[in-house]
Amino acid sequence: MSSKIKSITDPKLSLDILTKEELDKIHEATLQIIENTGVRFPSERALAIWEAHGAEVDHDSQVVKVTGEVIEEALKQAPPAYPLAARNPEQDLPLDGNHVFLGTDGCGVQVQDLENGDIRTSKLQDVADIARVADSLEEIAFHWVAVSAQDYPPESRGLHELKVIWENSTKHIQTESIYTVAEAKAAVEMATVLAGSREALRERPLLSIMQCTAPPLGHDGGSLDAALISAEAGLPVGFMTMTSCLTTAPATLAGNLAVGNAEVISAAALIQLAYPGAPFFYAAAQTASDPRTGAYTGGGPEDFLFGAATNKLADYYKLPLSMGSFATGAKWPNWQAGIENSLSTFMASVVMSDMLLGAGLLHGSRIFSFEQLLMDCEIFDIVHKMMQGIEVNEETLALDAVHAVGPGGNYLAQKHSRRHMRDIWLPKYFDRRTYEEWDQKKDDGRDWAREKARQVLQNHEPEPLDPKIVKEFERIIRSVEEEA
Amino acid sequence: MSNELFEKMAQSIIDGEDEIAAELAQEAIAAGIDPLDAINQGYIKGVNVVGEEFSCGNAFLPELVMAGEAMKAAVEVLEPELARLGSKREMLGTVVIATVEGDIHDIGKTLVGTMMSAAGFEVYDMGVDVPIVDLVSKAREVDADIVGVSALLTTTMTKQRDVIEALDDMGLGDRVKVMVGGAPVTRSWMEEIGADGYSEDAIGAVNVAKELMGKG
Repeated sequence: MSSKIKSITDPKLSLDILTKEELDKIHEATLQIIENTGVRFPSERALAIWEAHGAEVDHDSQVVKVTGEVIEEALKQAPPAYPLAARNPEQDLPLDGNHVFLGTDGCGVQVQDLENGDIRTSKLQDVADIARVADSLEEIAFHWVAVSAQDYPPESRGLHELKVIWENSTKHIQTESIYTVAEAKAAVEMATVLAGSREALRERPLLSIMQCTAPPLGHDGGSLDAALISAEAGLPVGFMTMTSCLTTAPATLAGNLAVGNAEVISAAALIQLAYPGAPFFYAAAQTASDPRTGAYTGGGPEDFLFGAATNKLADYYKLPLSMGSFATGAKWPNWQAGIENSLSTFMASVVMSDMLLGAGLLHGSRIFSFEQLLMDCEIFDIVHKMMQGIEVNEETLALDAVHAVGPGGNYLAQKHSRRHMRDIWLPKYFDRRTYEEWDQKKDDGRDWAREKARQVLQNHEPEPLDPKIVKEFERIIRSVEEEA
Repeated sequence: MSNELFEKMAQSIIDGEDEIAAELAQEAIAAGIDPLDAINQGYIKGVNVVGEEFSCGNAFLPELVMAGEAMKAAVEVLEPELARLGSKREMLGTVVIATVEGDIHDIGKTLVGTMMSAAGFEVYDMGVDVPIVDLVSKAREVDADIVGVSALLTTTMTKQRDVIEALDDMGLGDRVKVMVGGAPVTRSWMEEIGADGYSEDAIGAVNVAKELMGKG
């Protein structure tokens, strides 16, 4: 199978969702929030860094207030472009503003069993299987830890997950499941073993670390410490805000953006103050709570707008963006899943978000479905095609063919048609059969995607890891388990 | 020498190059090669390759149509020689095809004709807006095995029934099979008017025609 990665690049479509003035206003509001309201940093190490740079730190509430100048100066240190490296260097991902890469999602707790369709608790074997299928898909550029290995102990779970993903794929891993000091140190050690040395890892980071913020206007202590350890080793680090209108953010979209922005850029500033020039990425998956229940929705027009707006913010700070798309709120692969995943992905892609997350998860990132993963890849494929826009030149205007066919007749026998027929997009999971054929089988894209996933699991052999590296991984994980 | 020529003939079909296919047919005649051998050992091999590639999804419609056009160009060159030698190409059957009177929709019907022709039927495509009397006269004149009637409108679709009745009136009802097609046509309509075959697309139509000829 091909190791090629399909990314959106050289886009012909664009969207002006926020003007420069509007972005300035959001930025100003964000700085006011950080300076006057403050952001909570429940980590002694983080508070010490803030204090050393002149921030106002309240050690009881652990709230930090800092001036806009400090934030702006710190953000200038962040590199605007850098690569995410992969075991196979051909699969390195340049985060340069001209690529949109798709990743899986995390971190689900259940899996729709590929054989019997039952929904069951996720295990380590599922993490391995999902990585293997994703390894074979050209649309998937990098991994998240799609589901949690709940058959392994909490203190080393995140490390077992990393190990099996690297055993089953040569692609980059961006983990959202490492958020303690012990696990972060061990994860850095594992990545170092894989890269060969600390310097090699810094040069080509095989792992990136994503932490969630704790909205509104807070962070998690373990996440902050884990991020600082990772940044020290040169691993790209990102903070994701999932501010939700009405519950963890104001009801209004602009207010939500400002609160989430305060969380992310305050974390970015902290990392830059600690390790100037450390690769950092913006991450986000803002949403709106359902006003009837307060529930997380997993999709809706607000989410789609956030998808496009956030990359404008990330661009404002010259930071790459890892954006939540896909990850429908639908319970199974149905029309809602199709609509939500198409619109969220289109909106995040049209503004060239560097990384898209979410392929394969249902029910608001709780249930993993192989069928959904493959169909999500098809959605990405459609958006990929749309982003190429319409090419207008002598060849594409086809006047010779038009003249040869004349009024009436058809273009099927034209050499021009033969030259360009393979430019026409072809589906894997759309039903374009005759009614009769459909009527006999009554099957659809879901059935074909399920069958395809089964085939991949049976046939796809990922490039194996050196057994010596596997042994080292096991040793590192064991030492964390023994200390716990 | 002739083996090499046969391979080139097959390739001209695969490439959909009608001019080259015709030139190679001239060469064959000049070299005294039996035109039936040229067709069966040369061109048909190319048609089969394209057909197989199409079935497994590797080749697309334009390639199929262009192969059909190239085949037609070669046969046109070879036909006078065939007639001179008194030999005849074995065909799967003879088909008369048309869009009914009052309806000018062309593409689906033309595609069916092209596909049938490429598959080895003798096809008389009468075009669009064809009066029923002309259609059935042609069927009698060429001793057709199948009449294919296309209609895109619900208002002209009823003419498909009239064609069947006209064939019955002429005593051809038992001899000639009728296939119907077009966007509004369904299997239940086919059954209602007593037609013999129906398909939703051109590839399916070829299979139905072969089945009707007992060669499916």
